[in-house]
Amino acid sequence: MIGRIWGSSILALFALTIGMSFFNYEIPSVLWWLLGGLCFVGTAVFTFNRGMTFFVLKRLVETIFVVWVIATLTFLMMRILPGGPFDSEKALPAEIMANLARKYHLSDSLFKQYCDYIWGLLHLDFGVSYKYIGRDISSIIAESLPNSIQLGVYALVVSYVLGITMGVVAGWKRGSWLDFSAMFLAISGVSLPSFLMAPIFIIVFSYWLGWFEPALWEGPTYYVLPMIVLGIRPAAVIARLTRASVLDVIHSDYIRTAKAKGLGMRAILFKHVLRNSLIPVLTLSGPLAAAILTGSFVIEQIFAVPGIAKHLVLSVTNRDYPLILGTTLLFSALLVVANLVTDILIAVVDPRVKMQ
Amino acid sequence: MRTEEGRSLQAEAWSKLKKNKIAVGSTVLISIICGVALLAPWLAPFPFDEQFLDKVLIAPNGEHWLGTDSLGRDMLSRLIYGARVSMAVGIITAFVSLIIGTVYGSVAGWFGGHVDSGMMRLVDILDSIPSLVLLILVKLVFDSFDIIPYPELKALTGMLLALSLVSWVSLARVVRGQVLQVKQMAYVEAARSMGASSLRIVGQHILPNIVGPVIVLLTFQIPSNILAESFLSFLGLGLQPPFSSWGVLANDGWRSLKSYPHLMISPGVAIFAAMLAFNLLGDGLRDAFDPQLRGRS
Repeated sequence: MIGRIWGSSILALFALTIGMSFFNYEIPSVLWWLLGGLCFVGTAVFTFNRGMTFFVLKRLVETIFVVWVIATLTFLMMRILPGGPFDSEKALPAEIMANLARKYHLSDSLFKQYCDYIWGLLHLDFGVSYKYIGRDISSIIAESLPNSIQLGVYALVVSYVLGITMGVVAGWKRGSWLDFSAMFLAISGVSLPSFLMAPIFIIVFSYWLGWFEPALWEGPTYYVLPMIVLGIRPAAVIARLTRASVLDVIHSDYIRTAKAKGLGMRAILFKHVLRNSLIPVLTLSGPLAAAILTGSFVIEQIFAVPGIAKHLVLSVTNRDYPLILGTTLLFSALLVVANLVTDILIAVVDPRVKMQ
Repeated sequence: MRTEEGRSLQAEAWSKLKKNKIAVGSTVLISIICGVALLAPWLAPFPFDEQFLDKVLIAPNGEHWLGTDSLGRDMLSRLIYGARVSMAVGIITAFVSLIIGTVYGSVAGWFGGHVDSGMMRLVDILDSIPSLVLLILVKLVFDSFDIIPYPELKALTGMLLALSLVSWVSLARVVRGQVLQVKQMAYVEAARSMGASSLRIVGQHILPNIVGPVIVLLTFQIPSNILAESFLSFLGLGLQPPFSSWGVLANDGWRSLKSYPHLMISPGVAIFAAMLAFNLLGDGLRDAFDPQLRGRS
């Protein structure tokens, strides 16, 4: 009972925060503190109550290990590559090249560079950009990451709301025209790449109807199109999975029992079917986060969102090694953390998951 | 693994697939696209890079069925040659990743223990890098070395290499899981007790029994590889014009969708149709192969 109140208050606060950020209201710091406190206490209680400390710690250590390996691999890759960031059409004089190499510590031994790099990472210092003179990677990330996270969270909300609604309706009314049209929409959503969907949406909703802005990232009317286009593909995947899972649950014995004891359709749907069929959907959250991360590359390009994915693409074209390293690591870390959170959530929701 | 009538799993799946009208339709569509791609030099009315500078950006008409682009190149020809690149990328990479994934997954699954956990750790790490980022990185490394002198061939090879290196991971995971399951079966035990070698057991007894899930995954892999290629080309990190693929065409076309919609519509419809066909076929195959769904609906 307490757990349920706890969970729903955290969810409500999350919804409030997301809603306020969507309409660009200043989010009071009390809200952040409250959210953080509730999450912390909830995690602590949950961890000590269920004896899952070991599981959480183990996953945490694994996560850190994976991030370290990725950091090392990308570092080695960047240093082994021939062709430096200062290669241009016209060769620079040797003295200038030497100075540049000294300024960016390129003449140190590889091992020293690596140690410096890891030491920097521990301080959230990713080094200095080669291309944007005098700017360090951390400031570039700090400037563009919030926009990307905003976009990603909105897209996540869109995909869950849209996908679960469509999936439940389709599974519940199986074989009806609702089912048919929802599944047709879903398979179209999977098959229509975002770089085709986005221009169509821009033409229809910005030029013809004039409802939303076609590009940039400055207010609610700017947010709607990118978040919908980014959210549709994951929504389609969720809808298909939810439908299958609802169908699975509907055929199970406890639903028959619930029907037999005369429970109303609505009670069955919300109390039994929804709760049990959403567990497989929850396991999908990790891949979903990956899909949204990947999708953001094209979306940020088309809608000119000043986000981090754009910087990764640009840094590859510019051969800006520190920026490539920083953004790659950031994306991997985001994905790894999303997977970790998914695993813990599944353990919370589904007691059948065995902790080793 | 045999049903009462004595039909094998594959034969039953095949007969089930043939009854599925949507899957058959998708197969026909895929065959048509593949045929067009193979016969591109004979079907295309013009070379894909020939410019008609007096006929720039014209709408579809009798001579140029799908119009021309901003450099006066015939869109139909570019679309047909683009099908060649896109389908080649999708299918070749799927098969390369099939080979890598099957070998890797079956070695991990068959030997188990430390070998398995070590090999799977690599898979976990590769899975933790978002696939598009990994693609970009692999392509960046490949492009930095001048192995192949021809730029067009180099771009295509880099794309094939990057996609194959990225997409074997999920196949390896599935193959390993299946091998772990099938390993427990009595017939594997029987083969082992008769002194069959590991290679023979895996090749003769285990792999033929896990064909179903692998084929299903492979069918979904092809459209996602085609999509990844178009994504990269769209971002300007893949193939470059005058080379033609559906992603390159879409990238050329989307900025002028309002004024010259024909530049976007034809590659768009092509991509959508191909993706839809592969996804529907994959669905059909999954229904046919999945023993859990058998008999239901």
